[in-house]
Amino acid sequence: MTGWLAAAPALPLHSAGKYVAGAYIVFVAVVLIYVSIMARRLSATQRELARLQREIEARHSERDEQPEIETAA
Amino acid sequence: MIYGRGLRGLALVTTATVTVALALVFFYAPLDADQGFIQKIFYIHVPLAIVSLGGFVFGGVLAVGHLRTGDRRWDMRSYVAIHMALIFGIAGLLSGSIWAKASWGHWWVWNEPTLVSFLIVLLLFSTYQPLRFAIEDPERQARYASVFTIVAAAFVPLNFIAVRLAQQYVHPRVLTLSGGNLPGSMALTFYVSLIGIVLLYITLWRYEMAAKSARMHIRRLRRSLLDDEALPAMKRSAAPS
Repeated sequence: MTGWLAAAPALPLHSAGKYVAGAYIVFVAVVLIYVSIMARRLSATQRELARLQREIEARHSERDEQPEIETAA
Repeated sequence: MIYGRGLRGLALVTTATVTVALALVFFYAPLDADQGFIQKIFYIHVPLAIVSLGGFVFGGVLAVGHLRTGDRRWDMRSYVAIHMALIFGIAGLLSGSIWAKASWGHWWVWNEPTLVSFLIVLLLFSTYQPLRFAIEDPERQARYASVFTIVAAAFVPLNFIAVRLAQQYVHPRVLTLSGGNLPGSMALTFYVSLIGIVLLYITLWRYEMAAKSARMHIRRLRRSLLDDEALPAMKRSAAPS
C-alpha cells in the first residue's frame, strides 16, 4: 500500500508546493487588487464630497454678503 | 437600502471564516491518496468557480427585478453582481489552470468540456461591460444590459447540464447529487471554504454597492444643493444619476 501511494501521486510532494502556493497567491492577489482599486475610488469619492462641501460653503458666504451690498447701494 | 450598514461585522465574519477555511485546508484535511499535496488547490478553485457561476445567475435574477420594476437600482445591483462574479471567475480560472499544469502537465486542455464551457461563460459575461457602455442613453443601457444578463444567466445552468451529460472528460467529478465522493474531513474543509468564498462575494458586493450608492448620493446632493444641471454624466457607471 505504501509503495503504491508513493508511485501513485500525479505529482511528487516536493514539486507540488509551488503550484499550491501559486493558486492561493493568485486568489489573494486578485482580492487585493480589487480592494486597492475600490480604495482608490473611495478616496476619489471623499475628495468629491470635500469639494461639494467647499462649494456649498462658498455659496453660503456669497449669499450672506449679497444683502449688505444691496443695502449699501 | 443602506449597503454600508453592518458591513464591518460581515467583513469580520468573512475574514474569520476564510481564516478557519485556510487552517482546515493546510492543517486538518488529509492529503489526497492520488494527487497528494496538489489537491489542496481544490479547496480554493472549486468554491471560486461555483460562486462565480452562482454570481452570474444572481445577476440575472436582479436583472429580472429591473425589468419588472423599471427601478435602476436593480440594474446597479445586477451590474455589481456580474462584476464580482467576473473577478471570482478569473481567479477560479487561473487557479484551475495552475492545478491543470500541476496535475495534467498542461496549462489548458481544449478537449475538456468543463474547462471550455467555463471559459465560454466567462467570455460571454466579459462582453457585458463593452456592450453596456457602448450605449449612451442610461435607460436604454440599463434595459439592454438587463436583457443580456437574463439570457446569459439562463445559459449558465444549461451549459452546466450539457457538460454533465458529456461522456468524455478528464476533469474529476467530486460533487454529485448522490452525495459526492469526498471523505468527511475533506467535505467539511470544502464546505467551510465554500461558505468563506460565498461570504467574501457578499461582502465585496455590498462594499461596491455602498461605494456606488455613496457616489450616486453625492451627485444628487450636488444637483439639488447647487442647482448644477450641467453636471457632466459619469463615465462608465451603472449608478443612476
